[in-house]
Amino acid sequence: MGHSAPRIATIDGIAQEIAGLLGSMLVETVDHADELSFTVVREKLADAMVLLRDRAQYQQLMEIAGVDYPDRPERFEVCYHLLSVTRNHRVRVKVQTDEDMPVPTVTHIWPVAGWLEREVFDMYGVIFEGNADLRRILTDYGFKGHPQRKDFPLTGYVEMWYSEEDKRVVYKPVKLAQDFRQFDFMSPWEGAQYVLPGDEKAPQAPGAPTPVAAPPPPPAAPKGEPKGDTPKTTDKPGVSGAGEPTDSAANKKSEDKA
Amino acid sequence: MSDYLEKLDHVTDAADPSFGDTEIQNYTINFGPQHPAAHGVLRLVMELDGEIVERCDPHVGLLHRGTEKLIEHKTYLQALPYFDRLDYCSPLGMEHSYVLAIEKLLNLEVPLRAQYLRVFFAELTRICNHMLNLGSHVMDVGAMTPNLWLFEIREDCLNFFERASGARMHAAWFRPGGVHQDVPLKLLTDIADWLDTRLPRLFEDAMSLVVDNRIFKQRNVDIAVVSKEDALKWGFSGPMIRGSGIPWDIRKAQPYDVYDRMEFDVPVGTNFDCYDRFMVRVEEVRQSARIMKQCLNEMPEGPVASFDRKVVPPKRGEMKRSMEALIHHFKLYTEGFHVPAGEVYVATESPKGEFGVYLVADGSNKPYRCKIRPTAFSHLQAMDFMMKGHMLADTTAVLGAMDIVFGECDR
Repeated sequence: MGHSAPRIATIDGIAQEIAGLLGSMLVETVDHADELSFTVVREKLADAMVLLRDRAQYQQLMEIAGVDYPDRPERFEVCYHLLSVTRNHRVRVKVQTDEDMPVPTVTHIWPVAGWLEREVFDMYGVIFEGNADLRRILTDYGFKGHPQRKDFPLTGYVEMWYSEEDKRVVYKPVKLAQDFRQFDFMSPWEGAQYVLPGDEKAPQAPGAPTPVAAPPPPPAAPKGEPKGDTPKTTDKPGVSGAGEPTDSAANKKSEDKA
Repeated sequence: MSDYLEKLDHVTDAADPSFGDTEIQNYTINFGPQHPAAHGVLRLVMELDGEIVERCDPHVGLLHRGTEKLIEHKTYLQALPYFDRLDYCSPLGMEHSYVLAIEKLLNLEVPLRAQYLRVFFAELTRICNHMLNLGSHVMDVGAMTPNLWLFEIREDCLNFFERASGARMHAAWFRPGGVHQDVPLKLLTDIADWLDTRLPRLFEDAMSLVVDNRIFKQRNVDIAVVSKEDALKWGFSGPMIRGSGIPWDIRKAQPYDVYDRMEFDVPVGTNFDCYDRFMVRVEEVRQSARIMKQCLNEMPEGPVASFDRKVVPPKRGEMKRSMEALIHHFKLYTEGFHVPAGEVYVATESPKGEFGVYLVADGSNKPYRCKIRPTAFSHLQAMDFMMKGHMLADTTAVLGAMDIVFGECDR
């Protein structure tokens, strides 16, 4: 039977229908977990959306989500989730972009896109060309940076304090009482990609600096002058350092050992 | 005063137009962020012409806590309680979307009893949420008593949540693969009694004060009319889109869990105003009670969570006896389960509308990206065009009929 997530009836040939509709604007189609994703050419996004709304009956834009893939040449992906209330179907339309290349706005198609684009701009710094009101939305007035980017630290860079001198709340650089801990749960025998500290036998990349060797043992303490040339012997019990046995019972030899 | 009146004497407006008939310019006022009718921390910057609202710019984000960023740094199970804290008026509704998204990526089957329990408690959450919203809406437009009566019902709901999960509000009770623990039979029978006696009595009593009340109607009828076209364009969902006359309910259209076995009606508005939105919610409470009764009748016995031990941890008693269960328990509560790479968008009918979770998994034990689609975002954005030409005092009625909670809007 499988999962019990919302069951959306598959429409036969919908992927081909939309592919035919989009034509050369379409870059890639992915059909995963019963959900269709269409990546389109960035510059043609608005045209593709008009086609999807007017010809394929996707009347509602429910969500615009940004995703950051720092390894890709165009690191940001902007995902538009469309809903058709007449055909009872959802599709996802994606475009790729980077920090500088603007994405055409869809506010003239769906006014709801205004805030959704503002949020993606706020969180990722993606610029939407044609959005007349591209202000920050969720972060503080005067915030710097784009917090959802993968290279933005979880703790942020500043924190708020009440300043007794200024009698108001001020920003200060983040000071952590304890180092930020990030557990990865990777087994060092299986998948860990990093070198454990002090692991000299770990394979080194060519040209990598030699790992720091263990520090040499500390030099032995200088021995004092021998007290004389008489060899140290123990002739009498008194020299051995042992005194009278404190417990007379200890002197008795046990019978079974004897 | 007397010399002022003397000065005014024999002076007419025609003689000196600067007197009395001065030209008034639009002025801007600030509503919130600390205002009892702002339902949390909403700041509205409104441009007024006299008492008529010309423009309305909602400033949100004052409750932004970076939930999505935090979720990226937690395992799938650790991220679950964040969803309770989004819309703190209907916690289980938020969890529902998230656990279904994980189950969809894992393609995990959930036992039937767990599905019934989830639907049952999701509907209880809906009643709980609507009690708060209906009550505060009524209070925003001037009535006090119904709110107190409805909070009585809400208190009952919270007690039921506590008996099921141990927590009154932040239940964290829906888990990937089922629910955290089974409910005692006494709880189900108590809720059944409550559905038959206390809920209808209190609720219908409170509603009898409101729905035909002249003042309440004057404050709500024909306020913020939204046409079907506008509702679609502005991304409305839930009671807002149904209040605009579109019979769209995800529970019916794209059923999840056992909603396809349930019989219930979807109320729609006919006049598309604030009063319709209110009445849609009132009827939804009755329909929720109907769904809950069906759940009680049909709920089978059986396990309440999947037996897939790579996802659902074993119970503590089992963990104490079996070595394998101990290993599973340890691994699942430290490392957590791994979710195969892929991306899904799962939306459910939360009490406030379509609550969606766009989950991108990269095969590790943490979500790569978890975008939360709040219901309030698109509704609040429409505030500007809904308020245009209305009086300042209508702001509270429009806001109340939107049902906005800032934990969810700002994330």
